[in-house]
Amino acid sequence: MEIVRRPQLKSTAIDRGVPTLPLYRTTPSLEVRLDDFELYAIDRLRVLTGISDGLSRGKRSEEMEKLVTAMAWIFRPVAELWKANMRHPQASELMSKDIISHFVLRLVYCRTEDLRKWFLSMETALFRYRFRLQSAEAQRAALAEFQLPYKAVTAAEFEAIKDKLTLVARSINQTLPAADSIFYKVPFQEVPELVAGRRVFLSDGYAYVAMIQVVSLVATQFRSLLSKALTLTNRKWMSTIREQEKDRLTPIVEALSTSYVGPDYSVGREFGEVSLKDIDNVAKNSFPLCMRHLFDKLREDHHLKHWGRMQLGLFLKGVGLKLDDAVAFWKAEFSQKDYTPYSCQKIISLTPSVGDHHGCPYRHFR
Amino acid sequence: MVIEEAVNGKDDMLIDGQMADQVLPSGFNLNFLNLYYAKLFPYGDIFKWMSYGNDGKHPACDKSYFGRRELSFTLENDIYLRFLSFNSVSELEKGIREKCPFKIDIGPVYSVDPSKRHAYAQSGENVFKPVERELIFDIDITDYDDVRYCCSGADVCLDCWPLMTAAIKVINTALRDDFGFRHILWVYSGRRGVHCWVCDGKARRLTNEQRAAIADYFRVYKGSENSKKKVSLTGHALHPFLVRSYTEVLKDLFEQTLLSSQQIFSTEDRCEKVLEMIPDESVAAELRGRWQKRSSGSKDDINAVRWEHLKHTLQSGRHKGQGLRRCVEEIVFSFSYPRLDMEVSKHMNHLLKAPFCVHPKTGRVCVPIDPVHCHEFDPTTVPTLSQLLQELNSGGMGQEGDNDWDRTSLGESVRFFRSSFLEPLLKACKEEMESAYNSKLQQSKNSLSW
Repeated sequence: MEIVRRPQLKSTAIDRGVPTLPLYRTTPSLEVRLDDFELYAIDRLRVLTGISDGLSRGKRSEEMEKLVTAMAWIFRPVAELWKANMRHPQASELMSKDIISHFVLRLVYCRTEDLRKWFLSMETALFRYRFRLQSAEAQRAALAEFQLPYKAVTAAEFEAIKDKLTLVARSINQTLPAADSIFYKVPFQEVPELVAGRRVFLSDGYAYVAMIQVVSLVATQFRSLLSKALTLTNRKWMSTIREQEKDRLTPIVEALSTSYVGPDYSVGREFGEVSLKDIDNVAKNSFPLCMRHLFDKLREDHHLKHWGRMQLGLFLKGVGLKLDDAVAFWKAEFSQKDYTPYSCQKIISLTPSVGDHHGCPYRHFR
Repeated sequence: MVIEEAVNGKDDMLIDGQMADQVLPSGFNLNFLNLYYAKLFPYGDIFKWMSYGNDGKHPACDKSYFGRRELSFTLENDIYLRFLSFNSVSELEKGIREKCPFKIDIGPVYSVDPSKRHAYAQSGENVFKPVERELIFDIDITDYDDVRYCCSGADVCLDCWPLMTAAIKVINTALRDDFGFRHILWVYSGRRGVHCWVCDGKARRLTNEQRAAIADYFRVYKGSENSKKKVSLTGHALHPFLVRSYTEVLKDLFEQTLLSSQQIFSTEDRCEKVLEMIPDESVAAELRGRWQKRSSGSKDDINAVRWEHLKHTLQSGRHKGQGLRRCVEEIVFSFSYPRLDMEVSKHMNHLLKAPFCVHPKTGRVCVPIDPVHCHEFDPTTVPTLSQLLQELNSGGMGQEGDNDWDRTSLGESVRFFRSSFLEPLLKACKEEMESAYNSKLQQSKNSLSW
């Protein structure tokens, strides 16, 4: 990886043993194998796509936090990396697959306005949910790291405005400020979302932000820094990296931005979830529209063209139709070859033509 | 005499040529407007304002600043000229007097001279963009049509004008106390509303996102055709800003003024409109039943009486519904809380009519309003174009170099504009400019030292 800046050598929370959330301020300087370069990026892309999916389904904050926790295994430190870079003074932080994958994806997603926008939104969302899951001390450390010029409200100030702070908390159904509550005093321009929702007390141009609202502050800062970094990365990519790396990283980077990483259907199942006798019922009630259409057509015509068979057949495998049942179902039309069921992206990309019934109804059907 | 020409040239309405007794036809016409622009429009003050101190001699002054401000003219026949700019006060005056616009709008300060924007289009990256713009608000009484019964549409009267007064008080207090702004100008829009210009440097540099946040902070009314209840105050308490607005302005406005001036409970339809805002049908039914048994002979104002019934019923604690907690406040807010045009405030490139324009439909001048004494402001006595020209006419010959506006009712407005808005603003701009300049000097000195 390119060395952009030497990582700052200072006593960080890591040294004190507090697990930190990486802020991706500086590029790590270590060696990464080309394969890992791609693999780590794909894993992170899975996480970001999972978030994108969750958000578009309108999941609430608690659900999103659960989702992020479930995907956190992706960011566990990697043993091989550790061994290779043990000599490095800040090995512990830099070992993180988390950090490497983030910087790889910066290269991938810096290249157009749309890519940047998507990456920015998903990384900020990821950061926000991870931040909420951190301990109070880790959160304070992050605030300091960002060098946000926000002052903690003094005890005297707090007493003077305590009743107003209480009113605000009650108006938004938040826990009431107690004697030991920490509030930050911030210029109102820094927290537009909180101002817009009347979720903070304002006085003389300052917003009084509760610790639990600090997430917003930090996320805004994170987003702003990342946005600037992406612009710089893009410039560097266009001016030097793309050409320099045309035989090595560039093809990988370009391929990564077009690959869709959706839910992983490649996980095999041991149990039959759907049995042959139930299949008509299940098809009617639970199949996605594209599969239901194929199924109905098959029942009607007793025939499906090749892609239709592929799409439906692999779907049936994916939902757990036992092999014997499947064979019986297809009456020897099903092949022994082990294919992976198609993802939405793949189905959308298969254009049906005359006589075909496969494809995505939302994309292909009128 | 020019005025005689203006009158006789256009309309043969006068028979007598007696100057002193002339009754000028009321209203608005191009000749009058020409005279207004020739004698009364305060070019110097507008120029000084828009320059924000950059027209001075200090080395920190940006001579290009005024020239990067967009203005637009709406001419007779609705011809609209955008992206106009002027480099000096004399160019400004010349431009306005030549074109005699029916309306002058002020836009943002751009990164480059707006009239030369096409030259920069080739460079690709967003070189032509707004860099500074006052934080502005537009409040129009027609947005309250569903809660005012005295007038509708373009009309405004002294029964509904208090809604504007309340809007000024609520917003002005919040801009000062909550947001810390100091240089705020309120202007009569000429017919049926008010405009607000927040001119602090901090305000001019706000991003669109921050402007939208401020507009949303002020937003309470979420009206549409489909919802019966357009104000919804959820939560166990009201935000301090809403509490202050309610206790200092809106409660009294509603109870002391609107109840009777709008006759809010005087007919069955109007009562029903309020009852629809109560989420608990049993409460509404109880009140409806009580009011149907109309007892004649009561000397007290029926609106006040019914309001007391309603408050008592909702606040008695007998009914414990989820939505009833803040129902009384919601009703008061529905009738009285400021309704802003959100779009005007959210975007830097939104244009707004300049103060001291004349409204073509009413002939009234867009004069500043003193927020401290806004309850004394009477839109029906604002100077009109013809009135001003009449005053000029009969004011006698002044000394050379005198300000003509001083001899008319406009004098009061211009003096107010200067003393309570322009002078403090320019003083602050000068201080800001000097301190920024000095700290930059200091910084470069520091970087030079080894």
